[in-house]
Amino acid sequence: MSLGYVLVRSILLVLLLMGAFAYFMVMERKVLGYFQLRWGPVRVGPWGLLQPIADAVKMVSKEDTAPAGADALIFHAAPAIVLFVALGAFAVIPLGPTLHFGGFAVPLSVSSPPSSLLYVLAIASLGVYGISLGGWASQSKYALLGSLRASAQMVSYELALGLAVISAVVLSGRLDLPGIVAAQSQHHLWGVVPDILGFAIFAICSVAECNRAPFDLAEAEGELVAGFHTEYSGFRYANFVIAEYINMFTMSALGALLFLGGWNGPFGLGASFWWLLLKMAAYLFFFIWVRSTYPRIRYDRLMGFGWKVLVPAAFVNLVWIAVFVGLLGGWR
Amino acid sequence: MAAAETTTLNMGPQHPATHGVLRLVLELDGETVVRCVPEIGYLHTGIEKNVEHHTWQQAITDTDRMDYLSPIINNLGYCLAAERLLGIQVPERCEYIRVLMAELSRIASHLVFIGTYALDLGAMSVYFYAFQAREAILDMYEAVSGVRMNLSYLRVGGLQYDIPPQLQGMVDRFLEELPRWMHDFRSLLDDNPIFVGRTQGIGVLTPESCRAWGVTGPALRACGVAHDLRKAAPYSGYERFDFTVPTRSEGDAYARYRVRLDEIEQSARIVRQAMDGMPSGPWRSADRKVTLPPREELTTSMESLIHHFKLASQGFRVPPGQVYQAVESPRGELGFYIVSDGGTHPYRMRVRAPSYYNTQALKQLLEGELVADAVAAVGSLDMIMGEVDR
Repeated sequence: MSLGYVLVRSILLVLLLMGAFAYFMVMERKVLGYFQLRWGPVRVGPWGLLQPIADAVKMVSKEDTAPAGADALIFHAAPAIVLFVALGAFAVIPLGPTLHFGGFAVPLSVSSPPSSLLYVLAIASLGVYGISLGGWASQSKYALLGSLRASAQMVSYELALGLAVISAVVLSGRLDLPGIVAAQSQHHLWGVVPDILGFAIFAICSVAECNRAPFDLAEAEGELVAGFHTEYSGFRYANFVIAEYINMFTMSALGALLFLGGWNGPFGLGASFWWLLLKMAAYLFFFIWVRSTYPRIRYDRLMGFGWKVLVPAAFVNLVWIAVFVGLLGGWR
Repeated sequence: MAAAETTTLNMGPQHPATHGVLRLVLELDGETVVRCVPEIGYLHTGIEKNVEHHTWQQAITDTDRMDYLSPIINNLGYCLAAERLLGIQVPERCEYIRVLMAELSRIASHLVFIGTYALDLGAMSVYFYAFQAREAILDMYEAVSGVRMNLSYLRVGGLQYDIPPQLQGMVDRFLEELPRWMHDFRSLLDDNPIFVGRTQGIGVLTPESCRAWGVTGPALRACGVAHDLRKAAPYSGYERFDFTVPTRSEGDAYARYRVRLDEIEQSARIVRQAMDGMPSGPWRSADRKVTLPPREELTTSMESLIHHFKLASQGFRVPPGQVYQAVESPRGELGFYIVSDGGTHPYRMRVRAPSYYNTQALKQLLEGELVADAVAAVGSLDMIMGEVDR
């Protein structure tokens, strides 16, 4: 693969993600609105559909402020780190089966290394650096508390998330995402069927991983004003928001690929990008639904829940999957 | 290492969870509050002083603006105090209407509490549900007085207007819908493990500390003391109505939340009884020295014209004396201490604002808690800064 080829595909992916972000934002505000007896955006464009453009114009034209005591280099680098990491993690997510145009194979991911799953986890964990550093460099106490919480939360949840993902790896015996999808379709059984507990743990941890309500402790509007991004404005603030949403895309894609059969339709109903999109949309809807329903969990309880409930449960699940694969013959 | 270092966190006066302009200076060890200094006064509007420059009737508009979530109950306390000084009785229908509107505004105030409290704890949908439920009450405010907030509907010696005929239907509809809203709140919050975990055992008050700080209202009843002025010292004919005083024994934030939910149901019972038993007859005092004469008399009666002119230009005079009248506001004992020197303006008014006394307990509530719990504890007292600072 030539460098230019990768570059073109990267740019296409970034554009795709930005568009998806913009319209997922509208979807979230609409869905939240309907949950809450209101309309959501309706003023800009038909049915509020031009809202993201208005938001983008607003964000870019806002003044870029920094607190007087802030560590300028880190303060300005943090949003870039967060966004870079979020985009980087998505690079290996395959969005569908490899397409063939007259003998020319086009895989639907920027890159597909042999152990793409490891790469996603490794890169995704780096995102917390941006959040912690951004909050720390802001020279604001609310931001500092937010970033401390973000790191504590990451430590508590990454482990359970990793264990849930490992259960999918054990189940399929593969470490690359297309391989895991292929394993599920080969055996005509989605990962979620034997691994329902693993999927539940993954779902909870993915909400925490994306800093979304009820695990949005790092922002915690009612307590920390806006948490780690209190001092950010304009486009730098937008970076954090975009990264949060792209992380949600990554997590929903992972959930769909690892546990829900990826781009394969149920009951052998063909394989296409649209199935994956549908599953991701359902997963993202779950994110919104949870957000509109639950109060924010308390910081120390969140860590207690992670360490005392999710991690042991993930270990038990891993043992069950190992038994399922090793003694019961797994899918074979 | 030396002793643990602490951080001073300035929470407020502009902070999403301090409901207006309460400022808390928190000394934190990690996320634990070791010292809390509440600071008030950011919303001082000089209401008690303004009253001295308004006539007895005009002063009602000042009382609205203290506890703006239950304006009618403020009006009621003030009007009852002034009427005691004047020594006049209002007709029975007027008392019923006052109770009806006061209980509606108690429901509205508690609905705002539920919504904002849930929002503080991060449950955003409940906020919209509670405000949607409250909307019906604001519509009723508008129907009776033309205003949706700070309505100044009561008058010394009566009311601004009689209730309009369509109010009956509005009340019926609201009372029919209310149980469904209550079911929504209860199912979203009552047994929600996250909500219970955030509020249970947080900000515990004991009956002794309530007495020491002068804490009243739902916060007092949540520690098991069934003290409610509507029962303890009935006013405006509350003894005619059948209702209970909900209490709980835990004294924590969760108990305060549950007490308020139960109070909504009791208030709804009172509203039902007041609407059903609404007597006919005059809706304001017949004392022409205090209440305006009916419009049609002005063209036929010289005396009415004189009364109208005197009342509208300088107001009525109130015999010298002093009075303390307390009513049960959604936040506790709301007392009006008024001194009259026999003039057309109150000589001095001092308000015992329940939020002010409840706010004093904050220091004790917050020390030793986490920052996140501080938000849960502050919200559970449901203070209105307009009333604290007056």
